Amino acid sequence: MSRQFATCRISPNPLGSLDSMIDDDFVKSLLDGRDYLSFKHHEDCLTINCLPESLVDFTKHLRDEETFDLLVDLTAVDHGDGAEKRFSVVLHFYSLVHKSYLRIHVLCPDNEAPCIPSVSSVFPAANWHERETFDMFGISFSDHPNLKRILMWDDYPYFPLRKEFPLAGIEVPLPAADVAEVTGADVDPAPMMGGPFVASGNSRMSEAEPRAKDESWTEKSEKPL
Amino acid sequence: MSTTVKEVQIGDVGAQAASHSESAHMSLNVGPSHPTTHGVLRLLMELDGDLITRCEPVLGYLHRGDEKIAENMTYNQFVPYTDRLDYLAPLANNVAYAITVENLAGLKLPERCEAIRVLVCEMARISSHLLGMGVFGMDAGAWTPFMYTFTEREKLYTLFEELTGARFTTSYTRIGGVARDLPDGWLPKVEKFVNELPKAIDEVEKLLTRNRIFLDRTEGIGTISKEDAIAYGLTGPNLRASGVDLDLRKDKPYSGYEKYEFDVPIGSKGDCYDRYLVRIEEVRQSILIVKQVIASMPGGLWYAEDAKKIFAPPKEKIMTSMEELIQNFMIVTEGPQIPPGETYFEAENPKGALGFYLVSKGGGVPYRLKIRAPSFCNLSILEKLVPGHMLSDITVILGSLDFVMGECDR
Repeated sequence: MSRQFATCRISPNPLGSLDSMIDDDFVKSLLDGRDYLSFKHHEDCLTINCLPESLVDFTKHLRDEETFDLLVDLTAVDHGDGAEKRFSVVLHFYSLVHKSYLRIHVLCPDNEAPCIPSVSSVFPAANWHERETFDMFGISFSDHPNLKRILMWDDYPYFPLRKEFPLAGIEVPLPAADVAEVTGADVDPAPMMGGPFVASGNSRMSEAEPRAKDESWTEKSEKPL
Repeated sequence: MSTTVKEVQIGDVGAQAASHSESAHMSLNVGPSHPTTHGVLRLLMELDGDLITRCEPVLGYLHRGDEKIAENMTYNQFVPYTDRLDYLAPLANNVAYAITVENLAGLKLPERCEAIRVLVCEMARISSHLLGMGVFGMDAGAWTPFMYTFTEREKLYTLFEELTGARFTTSYTRIGGVARDLPDGWLPKVEKFVNELPKAIDEVEKLLTRNRIFLDRTEGIGTISKEDAIAYGLTGPNLRASGVDLDLRKDKPYSGYEKYEFDVPIGSKGDCYDRYLVRIEEVRQSILIVKQVIASMPGGLWYAEDAKKIFAPPKEKIMTSMEELIQNFMIVTEGPQIPPGETYFEAENPKGALGFYLVSKGGGVPYRLKIRAPSFCNLSILEKLVPGHMLSDITVILGSLDFVMGECDR
């Protein structure tokens, strides 16, 4: 016999897409008595600032008491070299009961060696997300069971998603030393051909055009390959 | 002239670990290039006889730095990169990305645009699941179903080509609309296709669903409990097969999904067989949605008209009116102007919830774009799921998880 599905839902969710249960009272009861939290905004979803030292306890509370038991995403934002606190880690939770997301911002206390506690003991899903954040931003997560690079190779020396890292990349040795010894190859930056071709912010398009960046490439003389 | 020959040993971590190992366990390396791994996934495993005792997935062989690239180009320029995430359902990725940016801009799209997006999303789901089921059969040792599903998928690609100009890398959406309206006579062709598709699905079901060998290989294998599925952040068919009732098309409807009637199949055991059943049923439900969209396709515009600084005006206006020409120039050179802020949006894609976390500081370029790839999260359970299974189950478990490395590694 082929197996039957346990349930099949026919009508749309009666709550719709509204965050009907995530209202001001919910926010108040969540923040009440927890001075490590502060309200940030409630635009697309409820967003809360949390101090790093209380993060693990608070996520445990979210999971066990507030039904936010699905950690959907964990990542970081680099606010740039000039920022007082440079890195913030951003966690997104989803509640199957509230049908709603919740976002937590955690500012990393140290700009030079950013480190916050790992939540992978509460949410196993965080394990790989934290490894990726470490890989891309160099933010360490204390008490992480296996904090090593996940997308780049283990010996890679840079953190690519930091703002100062160039889009083309930086020349580094080939990960396989024995191959590099024979072939003499290394990992080269990507040929950008004068790109990226974007006039962002207040810069002018004429300055972003490949021609303006590389004077050897004009209508009269072609760009040498 | 004499030539020197030097032997190069490509580092094989598995073999090296085996030579150092003192126990009777054997280390085995699968991938990164192996037909089982559906791309470039590498598994480092420790075996006790035929039994797997440890499994460590190694990722990153397809890492292209999409998130870094996104910070260096305008919003519309990034649309082609979304094709290359889950490259088996590029249209659904295009839509998810466009909706994220539009949410931040607060854009309201006309009904026709939303309906077109639902239509292409569901066609992408059918296409992705057809491939997923076909190769899953192949992974379990059944070649023939693949032929049926690929024939149908080929027809879908012809339809995609007529709509977008490309079979594979569609890049169909723009911020604030879609690239072009539906071509004349295209909808009847789609209708003809979805009318004929159930027959092919029936054929596949006849070959697989009650096939003794297939059942033996998939039933009770790779069982993921409800608790584990939630704890590891699984989404999509893999989560639903474990009995968790989460479908963002129902729970957080976007792009007008609330207008269409469809069921959400939920599995009871969470094994490989359940994941297969859920996908089969999802294709049937997608066919229903496609039929409803075609029957109720609204007229009107396929782009947001009031999005002056976001969506480029139609070509004939650019050629005849100065204002539209300038508007087009600004959008092309400086990008769609998106207000500052942050937003997170997840769409129910064929592989699971594809999420985009977007931070904007204003202007035409994202400040930070995080791509929450469902395949990445779905694979993270391997370390827990695989130990205790036989080596021959690896192909079936990987096939049933239906992941795409392009999306996993980004």
